[in-house]
Amino acid sequence: MPEIAVPAHMKPIHAKAECLYDTYFRKGENPHQTHYCPGCGHGVALKLLAEAIDELGIADRVIVVSPVGCSVFLYYYFDTGNVQVAHGRAPAAATGLKRANPEAIVIAYQGDGDLAAIGSAEILHAANRGEPITCIFVNNAIYGMTGGQMAPTTPLGGRTTTTPFGRAAHNDGYPLHVSEVLAALDGPAYIERVALGNVKQILGARRAIRKALETQMKGLGFSLVEVLSPCPTIWKMDPVEAQRRVREEMTKLYPLGVKCDRTAERQPLPAPAPAPPLEELPRILQIPEEEPAAAWAKAEGAVDCRIRVAGFGGQGVLLLGQLLAEAGMDYGLEVSWLPSYGPEMRSGTSNCHVRLSSKPIDSPLVSQPHVLIALNEPSLRKFVGAVQPGGVVLYNGTEIPADARRGDVAMYALPFFEIADREGSAKAGNLVALGALLEAVPLLPAEVVDRAMARVIRSEKWLELDRRALKRGREALRALKNEPAKEPCHA
Amino acid sequence: MTAAVKEDKGYIVINEDECKGCGLCIEACVQKVIRAAPYLNRYGYHPAVYDGRGCNGCGLCFYACPEPGAITVYKAAA
Repeated sequence: MPEIAVPAHMKPIHAKAECLYDTYFRKGENPHQTHYCPGCGHGVALKLLAEAIDELGIADRVIVVSPVGCSVFLYYYFDTGNVQVAHGRAPAAATGLKRANPEAIVIAYQGDGDLAAIGSAEILHAANRGEPITCIFVNNAIYGMTGGQMAPTTPLGGRTTTTPFGRAAHNDGYPLHVSEVLAALDGPAYIERVALGNVKQILGARRAIRKALETQMKGLGFSLVEVLSPCPTIWKMDPVEAQRRVREEMTKLYPLGVKCDRTAERQPLPAPAPAPPLEELPRILQIPEEEPAAAWAKAEGAVDCRIRVAGFGGQGVLLLGQLLAEAGMDYGLEVSWLPSYGPEMRSGTSNCHVRLSSKPIDSPLVSQPHVLIALNEPSLRKFVGAVQPGGVVLYNGTEIPADARRGDVAMYALPFFEIADREGSAKAGNLVALGALLEAVPLLPAEVVDRAMARVIRSEKWLELDRRALKRGREALRALKNEPAKEPCHA
Repeated sequence: MTAAVKEDKGYIVINEDECKGCGLCIEACVQKVIRAAPYLNRYGYHPAVYDGRGCNGCGLCFYACPEPGAITVYKAAA
C-alpha cells in the first residue's frame, strides 16, 4: 500500500461507522472486508444504515433483525443487538422485540426474496398494524444468495434459473410493487422507495433511511424504505453496468419517491403497558400461594392412575379431565391431560387422557386405563377392552350392555346426564360422572377437588350447579355400591 | 515553488486490502482523481487508488463505495 500522507490540517469527515465491528466473523482471509460481492448494494445500504444509527446516537438501543438471504450477514457487522430469524419472519420477530422493549429501535433488514415472497404475510400485517418498527427492504429483483431464482419482484421477461425463457405474466404473475401495496394500507407512517443507481440516488437513500429511523424514534408508527439495489453477480454485469441498470431500468418498473408519509399528522402511539414484575405473575395467573399438600402423595407411595374419559363433543369430556388434572396438581401429584377430539364443536368424538402420578410422567398417552369414564355407548365399546384388570368403568346409562361386560373390572352404570337434568341442567352430567369417579376411586380429597373447581369454573351459577351435581354423583355411586351385587359386573 | 498550485480542499485514503475493485468510486468521482491500480491486491482485484492530488473532499466516493471502511475522506478545516 502506498504511503498515506494525509495533510496535517485535514480532518476525517467520512469514515467507517462506529456501530460496525472493526473485524467481521467468518472472514478468514481479510476480516475487515464484508462478505458481499464487488459492487453489491447491500454494502451501501448497510453503510447508510450504520451512518444513520451513528448520527442519531441510538446504537445502544438498536436491535437489528437479520433475515434469510444475503441480508443475514448483518449480524457480522452491526455492533448492536441482533436477532436472526426464520425466512420472512423478520417483521413478526421485530414486532415482539419492539413490544417487549418499547425503548429499543428495532430494524428489520430484509431482501426481496425474504420480504416479498415467503414473508409477504408478515410484512403486510406488521404494516397494517402500524407496528412502530423500521424495515429496510433491499430489492434487487432476484434471489441472490441461492443463485438467481425468480423473485416476486423480478421484471416481466426477466431470465432467471426458474424462468429460463423469461418471466411470463400468464404463468409467473406480475412484479410485486411492495411499497405501493403497503402504502395503500392505513397503518404505515412512512414508506419511500429509493435506489442505489448513482451517488445522487444514494444520498437520497441516506436521507430516507434516516427519516425512517426518526419516525420510529418519535413513535409515529411503521416505516419502510425500499432500496432498489444492484446484484452484479447474479445479474451477470460488472458493478458499474449493474448500477446503470438500477438507475435506468429498475426505477422505470419501480418508480422512486415517497409512497406514504403520515409523519406530519400522526400523534405518537401510546406506549404499551409495561410488563408486570415477575413476582406479580402468580397473583395475576391465580396460582395459589400455599404449597400444595404433597405429603399424601409421598406417604402413600406409588400413585399412578391412568384415566380415560370418552364421549362426544359437548358432554364436557375435556373439562372433566381438566378438573381431575388441576385437582391432582393442587394435591402435589404429577399430572398430564391430553385432549383428543375432532374439529367439530359439538357431537364429534371427544376423549381425553389423564394421568395422576407421584412420579414424573413419561408419556401423557393412556392406552390401558385404570379408570374409564364412558359417556356414551360407542365410547364404552371402543375402550372397555383396554381397561386394566381390576380397573373401574363408569358408564353413562342405566345398564351396561350385556356384550360389553367384563368380569375382571368393576363396572357401574349411572345415567349421569339424567341425574344432572333433575338438578337443573343436563350439561352438568360430566360433574355427576366426576363425583361417581371420586366415590369409586378415592383418589383426591373432596376439598382439593372443590378448590380446583372454584378456580376452573368461573361462573358462579355454574359452580353452584356443578357442586350439587358432583354431590349427586357421589351419592348415586355410593347407593350403587351398597346394593347387593346382583350381577357379576358389579365386582 | 510556484504560487500557481492551488491547495487541495480534501484528501482520501483508500484501504487497498478492503477494496474489491468494483470501480463505483471511480465512477462517482467528479474530480476524476481515482483510478484502478494496474496491479492486483492480495485478493486478486485491481484496487482503486487516489492520484494524491485534486480531491475536493466532496465525499461522493465514500457513499458510492459498498465497503464500510475502505475509503476515508478528509477535509481541510474551514
